[in-house]
Amino acid sequence: MAPFVPDIISDQLNLVVALFIGMGFGFVLEQAGFSSSRKLAGVFYGYDFTVLRVFFTAAITAMSGTLLLGALGWLDLEAIYINPTWLWPAVIGGAIMGVGFVVGGYCPGTSICAMAIGKLDAAIFVGGGLAGVFLFGEFYPLYQQFYDSSAMGAIKVFDSLGISSGLFALILIVVAVGAFAITTLIERKSNPSAPSFGFKRLPHRVAGIGVIVVALILLVLPDRKARLVSMASEPAYMALHPVKVMSADELAFMIMDQEPNLQIIDIRSAGSYTELALPGARNIQLNELFNKEWGGLFSLRHVKRVLVADTESEETSACLIVQKLGYENCAILQGGFSVFKNSILDPTPFVPTGSRWDGDVREFRETARIEINKMILDGKNTTPKETRTEKKIKGGC
Amino acid sequence: MNTKYMNPYLAGFFLGLVLLATIFVTGRGLGASGAVKSIVVSSVHAIAPTHAEESHFYSAYFGSGKESPLKSWLVFEVIGVLIGAFVSGLVSDRLKFVTEAGPRVQPKLRLIFAFIGGALFGIGAQFARGCTSGAALSGMAVLSTAGFVTMMAIFGTGYAVAYFARKLWL
Repeated sequence: MAPFVPDIISDQLNLVVALFIGMGFGFVLEQAGFSSSRKLAGVFYGYDFTVLRVFFTAAITAMSGTLLLGALGWLDLEAIYINPTWLWPAVIGGAIMGVGFVVGGYCPGTSICAMAIGKLDAAIFVGGGLAGVFLFGEFYPLYQQFYDSSAMGAIKVFDSLGISSGLFALILIVVAVGAFAITTLIERKSNPSAPSFGFKRLPHRVAGIGVIVVALILLVLPDRKARLVSMASEPAYMALHPVKVMSADELAFMIMDQEPNLQIIDIRSAGSYTELALPGARNIQLNELFNKEWGGLFSLRHVKRVLVADTESEETSACLIVQKLGYENCAILQGGFSVFKNSILDPTPFVPTGSRWDGDVREFRETARIEINKMILDGKNTTPKETRTEKKIKGGC
Repeated sequence: MNTKYMNPYLAGFFLGLVLLATIFVTGRGLGASGAVKSIVVSSVHAIAPTHAEESHFYSAYFGSGKESPLKSWLVFEVIGVLIGAFVSGLVSDRLKFVTEAGPRVQPKLRLIFAFIGGALFGIGAQFARGCTSGAALSGMAVLSTAGFVTMMAIFGTGYAVAYFARKLWL
């Protein structure tokens, strides 16, 4: 699953990737005319809305692609970098940049493009940029407090507005198409040689409709995680897809035998897990099963995977999700954690079933009780809980 | 303008694809101002190392086990931008040493304002943790609140002050 950094693409190779991406970025920007300050400034005066057309189209293209790939499960939306919000610094910084844009006629990216084709004003702009950063650094203590203020974390715009991502995507796309239509009218009125006079009507109308269709798809696109979780929790689905069951005795045996391929996934809350957990069990909550970080663990072959929860129903849902994600070798613990506890760890008095193996079973469970409790105690005393270092992707400017 | 630029919607679509590919492969978006910052940080450290290590702003980049600030994703990306834009200018016959300015402004005044504009962007991009490419565009693609707030602040303010700078462009 994407993104491929940092697991498949190392940090070093990423630098080479950056180089090639930059080449694509620079090429497209220059082709669009972003190497001309007069063209760029036009968006603020109405004689050339190229900036709005390129910027908005790029934003909705990338946004739509990201949402679609996320819904398909091809891109892990939890793993990508979301630039965090420092509210007032963003507003003030943006305002300062707005003045800089109108006065300078470039932004950093476009100034680099223009400099590459020989524009002197762009080179001076870049020089100004270096000076500006230097000035900022020298007087930093004066505003450091403001710089760090109103930190809100990596919040998403649709959460801030209280709507779904699909609805926001639709609204943004509709606003964009509307803006394209209106600004084209303005541009043609104010500039007899407006670039929009060169737009062929039919392809543009078709593109506009196509984009609205995409917006409608995004609106109804279900969140993949939520869809899978609700499907796996539906009694009808669960009845149709029986899962393998592992008895408490079987699991106890494998634990004592130190079966190397045993993979115990404990989906109970962190609190329950810390209080009492089986030796070698990993604590992964239901909605974390989707995370990219477990891909390597789950795709190991020849594992004997068993899911542990408070109830068989919860275990079954988790098992079905793991299977839906494409992994095999999944079983659930018969009766849930409580049955294991009551028969092995802290047993209620043994109830003979009348079978000839009663004696052996009772003996086995007695041994299991002692050994496994000891293993749990040893686990608590020696190995510190392996802190999952989430490899977060670094991003930003 | 007698040069042939690409249709802006098409260019925007391709730019969106470049950004999408970046997010897909690397998990992060595009940027530009960060490279400018890296250059300043490295230069200050090269010229006045003790000052750099003592300053709150620069010191985060230096210390044991830290790589050179120039070995950053954005620096390599920006080198790519220079190459890509140059190639585009080459194939579209737009390579030319020139000072671009509005019809009613002297080139010298234009250059002064270009410098001021650049400096404002350098300062503003620090507060906003990015510029139009890194904070606004890439932020909007991943639907971050910061992306939209920054975008609206940039363009809103731009429109608000455009009247006062009209002699530079009209």
